[in-house]
Amino acid sequence: MTNSPINYSTIQLFNYTLQQADTCLILGQRLAEWCGHGPILEQDIAMTNISLDLIGQARMLYQYAAEIEGEGKSEDDIAYLRHEAEYRNALLVEQPNGDFGQTILRQFLFDSYNCYFYEALMNSSDERLAAIAAKAHKETLYHLKWSGDWMIRLGDGTEESHERMENALSELWSYSGELTIPVEAELTAQKEGYGVDMEAIKIKRNQKIKVIFEEATLAIPESDFSHLGGKDGKHTEQLGYILADLQFMQRAYPGNEW
Amino acid sequence: MKTSSDNANSYTKSIICQILESVTDPEIPVISLTDLGIVRDVKIEGDQVEVIITPTYTGCPAMLEMEKDIYNALKKAGIEKIKVTTVLSPAWTTVWMSEEGKRKLEEYGIAPPNPSNPEDIACPQCKSKNTTLMSQFGSTPCKALYKCEDCLEPFDYFKCH
Repeated sequence: MTNSPINYSTIQLFNYTLQQADTCLILGQRLAEWCGHGPILEQDIAMTNISLDLIGQARMLYQYAAEIEGEGKSEDDIAYLRHEAEYRNALLVEQPNGDFGQTILRQFLFDSYNCYFYEALMNSSDERLAAIAAKAHKETLYHLKWSGDWMIRLGDGTEESHERMENALSELWSYSGELTIPVEAELTAQKEGYGVDMEAIKIKRNQKIKVIFEEATLAIPESDFSHLGGKDGKHTEQLGYILADLQFMQRAYPGNEW
Repeated sequence: MKTSSDNANSYTKSIICQILESVTDPEIPVISLTDLGIVRDVKIEGDQVEVIITPTYTGCPAMLEMEKDIYNALKKAGIEKIKVTTVLSPAWTTVWMSEEGKRKLEEYGIAPPNPSNPEDIACPQCKSKNTTLMSQFGSTPCKALYKCEDCLEPFDYFKCH
């Protein structure tokens, strides 16, 4: 039952929560694609563990989003029954896994944002978002440690691993900026007090990237061009394939339950 | 024959906690939910017993199992009206793990969280400190994978959280 009429504030909070939930879910899905295909067993397990953490975070956020919306939907309804244009994840996380190096770069570019994002969100005026952030932040610290360590091992590794990291950079760098370019929901969130100070996060993130890239002997690309639109539902062709995988069962057998 | 209200009123919080000590982690059967600090509170209101728990990791798949296990343990003890409530805040931390719990973990072969020096982990098998981190993520997200350079056995380390 709807407790309050759907208004602008509610929609903004819903979109804000959904954005983070979608980003976590899609990255979780991408990492899950590595299951059984990792370069070595320990890293196969690491990637699927991180995937599990991210899907757990997505679940908590979807549960909250469902409550905000107030239409009696479940977390599953929200995850499985929306089209690409309704998804608000950042473009970076829908990009393909590529080789292990590309996955590591994508993970590091995301973790270096996500960790500081949750750290800031712990101070949200919204109790639920603050509680979710407090839990998620602890997990993200380990994700960042893992991806940062691997950036260094591969960047400052062999000639081949270094070259693969350079290739990964040319594939993914243009998707990195979107994470710290706020859309309407994020600006409203910051103004209302339940969001974060994006400029402060950007500074911390850039510093982290600088430190890790230096040790990884990788040059930070000069271009500051960023693909945008993911957070507003305008996605690359990648998302369609991901959702086809994710949503197939529910679409083929609507209302199916275990 | 006892009625359900008789049952609940004759149970005190400490008796409920004792029952909960028999509910173990589905993945680590030697450690109880109370040892892990997952059980945050027990409330008895009339003939209803409410157990308040907090999740460890957001994606932990064992949480649902734990909820069912708590429910079944209380049901078995004769309690009719049971409520299991999950709270997110304050966030679960390994600081809440009891010393007994840590001892049981080590006995089982899992190195317990070492907040004083997370870099300095002893092998649960041979106790040597000559250990190396293999991966931040082990058999579950809460554990990291280590190798002992002396006895050459791999082991899981329960990460500080």
